[in-house]
Amino acid sequence: MGRFRLVILICLILAACTSAGVRAQVSGPSGPTDDQVNAIAKQLYCPVCESIPLDVCGTQACAQWRELIRQKLAEGWSEGQIKQYFVDQYGDRVLATPPAHGLNWLVYLVPPLAILAGAFLLYQALRAWKRPTAQEVVGESPGTPPDEYIARLEEELNKRI
Amino acid sequence: MVANLGFGALVIAFLIALYGIVAAVVGVLRKIPAWVDSARNAMLLTFPLLTLSALSLIYLLVEGHYEVEYVASVTSNSMPLYLKITALWGGQAGSLVFWTWLMSAFASAVTLRRWDRDREFLPWVIVVAMVTLAFFLGLVLFVENPFARIWQLPQGQAVQAMFQPSGSVLFMQPDGRGLNPLLRHPGMVIHPPLLYLGFVSFVMPYAFAIASLVTGRVDDRWIRLTRRWTLVAWLFLSLGLLLGGRWAYDVLGWGGYWGWDPVEIAAFMPWLTGTAFLHSVMIQEKQGMLKHWNMVLVILTYDLVIFGTFLTRSGVLSSVHAFAQSAIGPLFFGFIGLTFVISLALLLHRWNELKAETQMSSMLSREALFLLNNLLFMGILVVCFWGVIFPLISELVSGQKVTVGPPFYERATAPLFAGLLLLMGIAPLAAWGRSSIQTLGRAAWKPALGTPLAVGGLFLAGVRQPAALIGFGLVAFTATVTLYEFWRGALARHRRAGEGLPLALWRLASRNRRRYGGYIIHLGVILMAIGIIGIEVFQTETQGTIAQGEQIKLGSYTIGYDSLAVFDTKDGRNVARAVVSVYKNGRYVGELHPRRDYYYESQQPMTIPGVRSTWEDDFYVLLVDWQPVSTEGATFKVYHNPLVNWLWIGGLVFILGTLVAAWPEGEHDLAVVHVRRRGYSTVEA
Amino acid sequence: MNLDTTDVPLPGAPAHLRPRWGRILAWIGVLGLLTILALGLLRTQRGPATVGDLVPDFTLTTFDGQEIKMSDLRGKVVVLNFWASWCKPCEQEAADLEAAWQFYRPRGDVVFLGVDYVDTEPEAKAYLEKFSITYPNGPDLGTRISQAFRLSGVPETYFVDQNGILQFVQIGPFQSLPEIKAVIEPLLNP
Repeated sequence: MGRFRLVILICLILAACTSAGVRAQVSGPSGPTDDQVNAIAKQLYCPVCESIPLDVCGTQACAQWRELIRQKLAEGWSEGQIKQYFVDQYGDRVLATPPAHGLNWLVYLVPPLAILAGAFLLYQALRAWKRPTAQEVVGESPGTPPDEYIARLEEELNKRI
Repeated sequence: MVANLGFGALVIAFLIALYGIVAAVVGVLRKIPAWVDSARNAMLLTFPLLTLSALSLIYLLVEGHYEVEYVASVTSNSMPLYLKITALWGGQAGSLVFWTWLMSAFASAVTLRRWDRDREFLPWVIVVAMVTLAFFLGLVLFVENPFARIWQLPQGQAVQAMFQPSGSVLFMQPDGRGLNPLLRHPGMVIHPPLLYLGFVSFVMPYAFAIASLVTGRVDDRWIRLTRRWTLVAWLFLSLGLLLGGRWAYDVLGWGGYWGWDPVEIAAFMPWLTGTAFLHSVMIQEKQGMLKHWNMVLVILTYDLVIFGTFLTRSGVLSSVHAFAQSAIGPLFFGFIGLTFVISLALLLHRWNELKAETQMSSMLSREALFLLNNLLFMGILVVCFWGVIFPLISELVSGQKVTVGPPFYERATAPLFAGLLLLMGIAPLAAWGRSSIQTLGRAAWKPALGTPLAVGGLFLAGVRQPAALIGFGLVAFTATVTLYEFWRGALARHRRAGEGLPLALWRLASRNRRRYGGYIIHLGVILMAIGIIGIEVFQTETQGTIAQGEQIKLGSYTIGYDSLAVFDTKDGRNVARAVVSVYKNGRYVGELHPRRDYYYESQQPMTIPGVRSTWEDDFYVLLVDWQPVSTEGATFKVYHNPLVNWLWIGGLVFILGTLVAAWPEGEHDLAVVHVRRRGYSTVEA
Repeated sequence: MNLDTTDVPLPGAPAHLRPRWGRILAWIGVLGLLTILALGLLRTQRGPATVGDLVPDFTLTTFDGQEIKMSDLRGKVVVLNFWASWCKPCEQEAADLEAAWQFYRPRGDVVFLGVDYVDTEPEAKAYLEKFSITYPNGPDLGTRISQAFRLSGVPETYFVDQNGILQFVQIGPFQSLPEIKAVIEPLLNP
């Protein structure tokens, strides 16, 4: 009789354990939230449709990729690992900016260099214009104060064009 | 029949355009004024012809003539009338017809003004305008004909052609495929025409610049002639860009207004050079300097317009915006090649004659600061251009496809925009011709007081992000300086003429429209900057799937899922419309109706947000259809966008300012006075 | 007196004159840009991999871990099918492709390979299960293979003869088994 009760007790305990396990799988309170998925999906681009970030893309393929992110997050992957996985699977174009190696360095270097070059040219031009020149002043008129009426006349005529 | 009429009008317009080019060139080279007049008449004639063509196309669209392939591709029975009309620019072929109609309208408007003083410009302006018109007409006639019909051959296959192939019959379809759902929104109706207006009107300043280079009349006459054109072109382009952003925010459903998509950038680049040009032109007018640079800017603007059009339509870059690919690419490329090469050649040919008339005496003078402004705009242009071109280069050189996305553009342009904001505040304080650190410092220290106050206040309020602190600090400085300019001017009038301050302000602005219009535009930009800093730095979002009756929380806001209605509409879509209640700090503040529209014909879904807009923020709710929507579980994505409405308000102020600046000054009467032998008489103004 | 002042700077005049390097740089810029655009255009005008050319070499790692190198398959007819689990038209031809494989399998000189284009592994495996596909399939890592073939979409099928020459390209799904056989038959050794 005592053994029989022990068996029943063990069965009940086992049943309780397994059903608790089933409940945990269904409700999944520790599953990654939509926000966590979006935080990573925001930084990736749809590999198939052009120029659409993964968090707003509406196609079935994109839904599958977001599920993939969710799954990887649930498995404990870090953001960097997930992004690297996407790059390995689908190529560099899934990233929002080109990864900085090889030819891609040009993307980041050319604009600042161009701006610096422009600033340099501007500086040279400003310095050149600043050089005071007696000949120029004699040759051109704006240096000498024009007759007041003629100046007004010019101004009025210019307004009417 | 109507299709043949429309097509015929296009053909005649094309031939006339070609004739006009030849007549103008011959007339000016052989010095035969009659031929130039004939060319002018030819240009005037293209407008009624193209109007006829456009009206024919609109007729076909409205009456649902689906045997015409273009009509079938952009309209359908279930579309409302206004959308059928605007479907004119809904597809590649129709938008090209629209473009040519605008081109002929502007070219005719320019031709109709008085040309007495500038006779030598006329033939070359005609040539440039007609070459552009002929090119686009050529594209329509030979590659993208909107009047082509579908014929069914005896063997059964369907073929597209303008004229009936032998033995075939017209293929009558009962319905069309309808306009892309994304385009069926009031904002989308106006956005393309405004952009096209902006693009096309930039052809005029370019035409005058080329005329000036060719004739050798390289003084600033061409700038004075096109000053208003440039401002109007810039107005349309700005309006088009603003509306595009508003439409994206309202309809595209990602809580943002600018995605740094290549096609958006293609429209932004001419705006950048156009803005730089508007500023540097003032230096040429005041000091006679920068003639080379202004030529470069105008040529760049036109070339960027054509380049942008090429990018959008040729398929070289793929983008959500791009039209479907066709043979247009190579033809466009030829045109681009031609315009780039000829413009550069002409510019270099006349380089030496573009001599400056004055010297500049200080590195801190207003001219120098305007040049710095130009440098920053060019810097932004370089970033945008390089970002758009690089994926192409990468793929050609290494075969690797890469994406250059928003983080690149944002990080690279943010300091440049901040620099421009700062300059906007310093430049009005600098004098033309000469300024030094001392004079500038003396003028700047009072307005600059606003900045530490603003930054300190924000810091105390809990704002810690450096981007926001710097941004708002600059905003405070520039706003103070700009408002001070108004105050100073109005006060001067008040003291001198005894006018009350409101009247003084009004008279101030109306007597100096360009200057104070410009300041109003700057105020608009400041407001827009406030909105942009708000949404870019402080936006928060969350997403969750909830059942009916449950809630989602974001910051101090909560939404509750009340109900869902799913129904079909008359114009061919299935709508799932959710009702959510919004609570702020626990208090009920209203109801929103985000919905998901599914268009049966094109099998395309669209998510329209429910938005609660106030002065201080937008609360933006989207019904996301990651999973099927039902009362058991609907997924909502919620955005909180602080200060974003200042972006739109700023945009309105911006447009207002441009109108003020562009408004024609009242023509004062010139009085004729007899000049006596001794002395002079003044001319009454 | 020599009136040519083109290249002689006027006394005190600013340096607006045409410096050689400036001119050259400007022309290089414009012509360089035009070249890039031309090449880009040419690229878009090209279709998929050209029939008659040698097929690009690649290594496919199947879902089972097997590594298959294209060049190792010389001497056999190769049917290379690009597909994806999210691609509805691909499902139309899946059963026919498997049937064709079963038909030609006993011969030993026809190989079917499936390349999974930008897909997720669980859904891909479910797709293979659904259509009971037995020929080797693997993911196109980094989209290298599809880029080499200049793929424009899925499904696309490439037929390669015994010498590694591309003989036929099918864009879109096959409608029937006889259609597939009709392409393979001419390529077979008697």
